[in-house]
Amino acid sequence: MSNNRKIKVLVTKPGLDGHDRGAKVVARGLRDAGMEVIYTGLHQTPKDIANTIIQEDPDAVLLSILSGAHNALCPKIMEQLKEHNIDDVLVAVGGIIPEEDKDYLRELGLQGFYGPGTEIKTIVNFVKENIKR
Amino acid sequence: MTQYSELIERLLKGETRAAARLMTIAENDIEAAEDIVKSIYKNTGNAYILGITGAPGSGKSTFISTLIRKLVKEGKKIGVICVDPSSPLTGGALLGDRIRMKEHFSIDNLFIRSMANRGQLGGLSRATEDIIKIMDAYGCDIIIVETVGVGQSEVDIFKSAHTVLALVVPGLGDDIQTIKAGIMEITDIFIINKMDLPGADRKVSELIRMLELNMNYSYSDDINNNFAKINQWTPEIVKTNSISGENFDKLLEKINKHKEFLKKTGIISNYHKTRIKSEILKILEYKMTQKIEKLFNTSEQIDKSIQKVINKSTDPYSMAELIIEMMGIEDSF
Amino acid sequence: MTESKSLKKEKSKEKETEKTKRTFRNLSDIEIKRLYKPKDIEDLDYEKDLGEPGKFPFTRGPYNTMYRERLWTMRQFAGFGTAAQTNERFKYLIDHGQTGLSVAFHLPTIYGWESSSERALGEVGKEGVAIDTLADMETLFEGIDLSKISTSMTINAPASILLAMYIVVAEKQGVSSEQLRGTIQNDILKEYIAQKSWIFPPEPSMRLIVDTIEYCTEHVPQWYTISISGYHIREAGSTAVQELAFTLADGFAYVEAGMERGLDVDNFAHRLSFFFNSHNNFFEEIAKFRAARRIWSKRMKNEYGAKKPESMRLRFHTQTAGVSLTAQEPENNIVRVAYQGLAAVLGGTQSLHTNSYDEALCLPTEKAVRIALRTQQIMAYESGVADTVDPLAGSYYVESLTDKMEEEANKYFDKIDELGGVIPAIKKNFFQKEIANASYKYQKELERKERIMVGVNKYKPKTKTQPDILKIDDEVAVEQIESLKQVKENRDNEAVESRLSELKKAAQGDDNLMPYILAAVREYASVGEIIGTLKEIFGTYREDSIF
Repeated sequence: MSNNRKIKVLVTKPGLDGHDRGAKVVARGLRDAGMEVIYTGLHQTPKDIANTIIQEDPDAVLLSILSGAHNALCPKIMEQLKEHNIDDVLVAVGGIIPEEDKDYLRELGLQGFYGPGTEIKTIVNFVKENIKR
Repeated sequence: MTQYSELIERLLKGETRAAARLMTIAENDIEAAEDIVKSIYKNTGNAYILGITGAPGSGKSTFISTLIRKLVKEGKKIGVICVDPSSPLTGGALLGDRIRMKEHFSIDNLFIRSMANRGQLGGLSRATEDIIKIMDAYGCDIIIVETVGVGQSEVDIFKSAHTVLALVVPGLGDDIQTIKAGIMEITDIFIINKMDLPGADRKVSELIRMLELNMNYSYSDDINNNFAKINQWTPEIVKTNSISGENFDKLLEKINKHKEFLKKTGIISNYHKTRIKSEILKILEYKMTQKIEKLFNTSEQIDKSIQKVINKSTDPYSMAELIIEMMGIEDSF
Repeated sequence: MTESKSLKKEKSKEKETEKTKRTFRNLSDIEIKRLYKPKDIEDLDYEKDLGEPGKFPFTRGPYNTMYRERLWTMRQFAGFGTAAQTNERFKYLIDHGQTGLSVAFHLPTIYGWESSSERALGEVGKEGVAIDTLADMETLFEGIDLSKISTSMTINAPASILLAMYIVVAEKQGVSSEQLRGTIQNDILKEYIAQKSWIFPPEPSMRLIVDTIEYCTEHVPQWYTISISGYHIREAGSTAVQELAFTLADGFAYVEAGMERGLDVDNFAHRLSFFFNSHNNFFEEIAKFRAARRIWSKRMKNEYGAKKPESMRLRFHTQTAGVSLTAQEPENNIVRVAYQGLAAVLGGTQSLHTNSYDEALCLPTEKAVRIALRTQQIMAYESGVADTVDPLAGSYYVESLTDKMEEEANKYFDKIDELGGVIPAIKKNFFQKEIANASYKYQKELERKERIMVGVNKYKPKTKTQPDILKIDDEVAVEQIESLKQVKENRDNEAVESRLSELKKAAQGDDNLMPYILAAVREYASVGEIIGTLKEIFGTYREDSIF
């Protein structure tokens, strides 16, 4: 078989919060599940994130937001993706997302929500089952 | 025409997303990579390729970041390929090199691509070369390939670079030792990064001593030997400070000097020949291995013969000759 | 029953227990024995290792009478929305018996961006109060007498600016800077190590910190100039030993920096305070606090030649572990917080923030904040734990664990020394790697159920509870941006310009920057403008990718 397919995941932190413990643990967990994980570090603007997605062409993007800025940042990020006709990337959010915000974020095209206490394998399975390519 | 012709068309128009997608395809599927490279080959050969290596802690990313800033200012379109190791246990990888390069990020003049080496022998340099070609066809003027500089396959990558830069840092102890194996011999410019740290000058003399020991190599037509390693080019040493940007103009001068050297001595055309030979050989090696493996897995005759080796009625050497015969390539030259 | 029989029975019982829990290791991976006996503390010398409370080496507490004379300060961290909203919350807390204020700033202030910056998108007033200029600070403390209250400000890279604003607000109330009591966190080292709210590279950051120390020593003598924080190191996933060791190492680095500036250690060391986390493992936390005091005092005396007992006496604030809170059955967090708070009190804390049970879900609601405060009050007034000093001293377990924590911390100090000190170790990503490894290990242990979090990996609830949550209106951003615009229209912009260019010039030289920052703040220059000016000279820090 010539196929050497690997799942590529972008783990990124939009906004200003510096709480990267979760993002790093998840990045490491996905790596240990055999995925290739690109980690961008902190303080990514929606444009930074879109550029990274365009260039790295990941299967999935995990946004880690703990500052409560998700309702402002997610629409901007999804707008950017739309602008570049990117529709085959799975996008999920990790962090503190109140239940009542989830419907709005789902409408924008975000597919998974993982709060504190989520096991890594849950996220691994979610990525494996939901990637679009 | 291939199933990728639409993507390739968009790539040749300079569309970033198409380039990125083709890279993914090339990385994941070797047969597809062949198709892609066949279609774009005539559009490649315009980029100047820089190989950059350095041990962890040598400040490589910051160094590259500063270098990019300089090059972008000159109006160049830059491609960067950051190679990181895959975990041998799980096959996964953590690719974190973008983290320090985002600062002057603009999609129009800088294309950064992270790559895991996926642990295959020789496979890395092949996949990297495919990605270099796609970046080249995409329109990058300069392509920077960055690795941590350990292992044979990384040495192979640098054989396809025009100019190889190796970073060392004052006070980092044995970093010269770690880059010595293989990379030392093919480095064109040594960078003493973080020159503001104490011990920078000591590092320079350490390097000179090391280079003197290694200066007895000479150019040969052996394709395993790097093209530029003839005794005419004496590796340069440049001290830099990536934070302040000190000495980067000097560094660019040295890179240009090396480029001129390659042109003037005709090495660059020789280089192309050598490089292409090496590349073809690598492809052949890969393809033959594939074929042999396939034969091993499917041929009943071979299976029986292996039994004979076990029974000592024949030996592995005779067995190998038999297989070459079976493949019908023994006498074809 | 014969003796051997009962012994056998005991042994088999022991085996059974061992079976149900494979290992007994605390969160620092220290193995816990079945039983602690006199021989576990046979080397303990009361005078040398414990001493009376208030006396060297302060293991039993920084003060002689501890809570009998004065209870710990109940200081709930608060800040959200606009300055006016937080001002209201402050008054609510004071009305309910809170004895000190603690300000949380929103992220744009923490990173030195104006609320109107693109960088501030979605963050205005979210995780703390939005402070752009002196005008916001005036609103924040409106109606609160700054001569009567002590204020703790959780601010680091721009700490000198917020302190300057506080001084000017006080001045306008007619309160002199000599009267001011409070703390700025001002601990940049742990930002590189764990919390990540850095702006400048380490060297200019240290300069700003020493500038504030120097300034306060002369002009704001009752102010705690750095709150050396292990809290965030722990929240980033470190073990208790790492928290202890890295925090104290940071503390030593500040002392050394101050002494390098030529300050007398006895003139500023007593103004350094600490801020620790109180996590789930009850005795481990108590041992950590006790060990911290002992290590600090020994080093201050023996290494830095401190003469005054106040310079050797470690005092600390504690916050219960945010990271231990669960979104599942959030009410359970009330119980977690109570145990963690109790550990802090038994460990001899000087002030305490108890987390609100809903913090894994949102910013704390008023009800949750009240329960958190009541938890402290019940502990203080009903439980009797504050009646005697250091009640656990002499416990075979606690004393032996205290020794062990000290021993493990010393190993880290040696490693840090080998790396050339705290800043070189930061640059080599030593701490960052240690913490990332510990936090990944902890996560793995949770997933293998070697550690249990009730409601998360055991006794999972079948239904989700959704308590009332506090959300910050996006109107806050609009309002804040508008008010910043107003301030900029009404201030003397020429004066602002010249104060900023004076500051810039000073930053290029060696002058203490506090007077320049004070001058800029007085003219209503924004935090963003001042930081922006300093960035031009100092540059910005960039992180490495460490997992």
